[in-house]
Amino acid sequence: MERSWLRKTFTPLFLLEILGFGLMIAFFLPIVLVIINASKDAAEIIRTPLSSPTDWTNLFKNIKEIMTRDNINYLSAFINSFIITTSSLILIGVFSAMAAWILVRTKTRYSMWIFMFFLAGMVIPFQVVMLPLVRLLETLRHLTGIPFKDTYYGVILAYIGFGTPLSVFMFHGFIKSIPIDIEEAAIIDGCSKPQVFFKIVLPILKPIFVTMLVLNGMWIWNDYLLPLLVIGIGGAVKTLPLSVASLAGFYDKEWALILTSVLMAALPVLILFLFAQKHIIKGMTSGAIK
Amino acid sequence: MFLFQGAQNELNYIAVYGNLSTFEKENGLKTLMQKILYGVISGVMFIIIPFIALIALIARLFKIDIYAFDPMKQRKPIATYVVSRWMGNSGKAQHNRTFSLFLMPSLSAFSLFVMFTFFHGIFLSMTNWDGLNTGKEIFVGLSNYMSMFRDYGFVYSLYKTIIYSVLNIFAINIVAFFLAILVTQNLKLKNLYRAGFFLPNLIGGLVLGYIWQFIFNRAITSLGGSFATSLLVNGDSALLGLIIVITWQYAGYIMMIYIAALQNVPQDLVEASKIDGANAYQRLRTVILPLVAQAFTVSMFLTLVTSFKQYDTVISLTNGGPGTLLPQWITSWFGLAARPAVGSNNLIALNIYQEAFARYQLGVGQAKAIVFFVFLLAVSLLQVYYNKRKEVEL
Repeated sequence: MERSWLRKTFTPLFLLEILGFGLMIAFFLPIVLVIINASKDAAEIIRTPLSSPTDWTNLFKNIKEIMTRDNINYLSAFINSFIITTSSLILIGVFSAMAAWILVRTKTRYSMWIFMFFLAGMVIPFQVVMLPLVRLLETLRHLTGIPFKDTYYGVILAYIGFGTPLSVFMFHGFIKSIPIDIEEAAIIDGCSKPQVFFKIVLPILKPIFVTMLVLNGMWIWNDYLLPLLVIGIGGAVKTLPLSVASLAGFYDKEWALILTSVLMAALPVLILFLFAQKHIIKGMTSGAIK
Repeated sequence: MFLFQGAQNELNYIAVYGNLSTFEKENGLKTLMQKILYGVISGVMFIIIPFIALIALIARLFKIDIYAFDPMKQRKPIATYVVSRWMGNSGKAQHNRTFSLFLMPSLSAFSLFVMFTFFHGIFLSMTNWDGLNTGKEIFVGLSNYMSMFRDYGFVYSLYKTIIYSVLNIFAINIVAFFLAILVTQNLKLKNLYRAGFFLPNLIGGLVLGYIWQFIFNRAITSLGGSFATSLLVNGDSALLGLIIVITWQYAGYIMMIYIAALQNVPQDLVEASKIDGANAYQRLRTVILPLVAQAFTVSMFLTLVTSFKQYDTVISLTNGGPGTLLPQWITSWFGLAARPAVGSNNLIALNIYQEAFARYQLGVGQAKAIVFFVFLLAVSLLQVYYNKRKEVEL
């Protein structure tokens, strides 16, 4: 009686369930550690980094501290990151959708060559172009007078350049499957070519557009090297990774604040993940496989 | 810092050459070449293109026949040619205008920031570029490439990057495949597990490094006993620490690729092998693994490229350290008397950055970057070629 109960409960599947749950807990542990340690003060964090905090209100004290302190300035860093990410995403999305659509709908040698030219850009790692990029932005600043370095204009422009190849590739594959009849009907109804794109094609692109937003958004939001090169770590304008890095480098080992800023930097993406989990997972993986 | 260094360099030139004008004379050829290049580019942009446009416009206004060769058909007035191709109300002209208009933004940003910088970088890697950006860099041929291989730090970081990448590829793919098999079983909470394993991937590499630096240096060491020394203190175990961090971050992502592949394995084949009496291990070896070989190609490629390009996590975890002694074989290869200290996690991406911005030898740094690119391209092509041979088509 007892044994059959045991056998019924501890089936291999149940054991796997336990294993999966345990592994998930293990995967969450670092994040849990960050949360509990962000709620401690400097002395407590060194004494007992593993136990739960004595006073959870320390979390708000720490958050207030990183909001107000000059060298972190979470709020302005967040706004900068937000501006850079959203404007790059919108521009990358619209520009590469335009390019991909016109490349698919033009059946000449040139369109094929231009598409190949875009594809060639996907092989180039960022490290190879980063030094000339800084030089180019400096040259552009001298030529035009627009401060491409040290502000976010240059960062956004560079992101458009680097984000374009993959996005054009993804849009190109998707647009090929859209029947041309809809567009021809729209032209007969009196649409001009640009109108056809913005009124007919762009709404159809919604699913692949979301994929592109997720893929590029994750990359741009978390990117450290490009803002470091173009904006620099000591400047007035900072993105979130830059401000976390400058805090961790400057106040070395002030862990309570570092972990609070780490938590606050990861928080927007984690909240977004809660709401758009399906889109994010699908976007990131399907983009990679292509 | 940059500007200050620039001023320093100018002073150095003055110290060496007496004054700046002598320096300019020494490099007359370079500036002449540059003048010619700029001349050609600006000539095309500001003279030839407007000139053609002007002629076309005049020809159109006054209906003058300027005969041009039309490759498509016969001799035709250039005015008609331009008008019919670009200016009219016809469908073709409209399409051409849209073509150039729609391609212009992305194509110009891409060619300026990726393609131009890439080729410019190849040129700059053969100059004595020091970050001053005077446009007076001296062409030094391949000497940057030579000096790179006399630099034991670079050879060490190349060696360390290869070791790290190989270990990392194995660690990530094994963990990810195991997790993928686990969550494709008929578990109750499998969607929750998938999301949970995927979660670390959302946190940026830099932020992640600080989290784990805290865990390794504070949380684990506070346990005491055999955990009292952090993994990140010792040169060899620091690499292990880095691999743990990256596996934690990346395994969930690669897992998703394997899940997609595992779900595409036809169930009738699995059932058939069950009926034939294959046990779980045999099913995995002979049925499932060959069918998901394509996912292995993709995942190994992705992990290879990310391992090679690893930068921000390395920076935030140990900042390229901790210091360790150069391995004996590299020391004897370079014929050094004593083993010098090097940063044990000084991976190649980090080395390029330091060469450029800590030593202000941007030419050498760029040459390293080119070598890095060629090496990465060759290795990844080899890997894809080798893995492709193992794939089976259904």
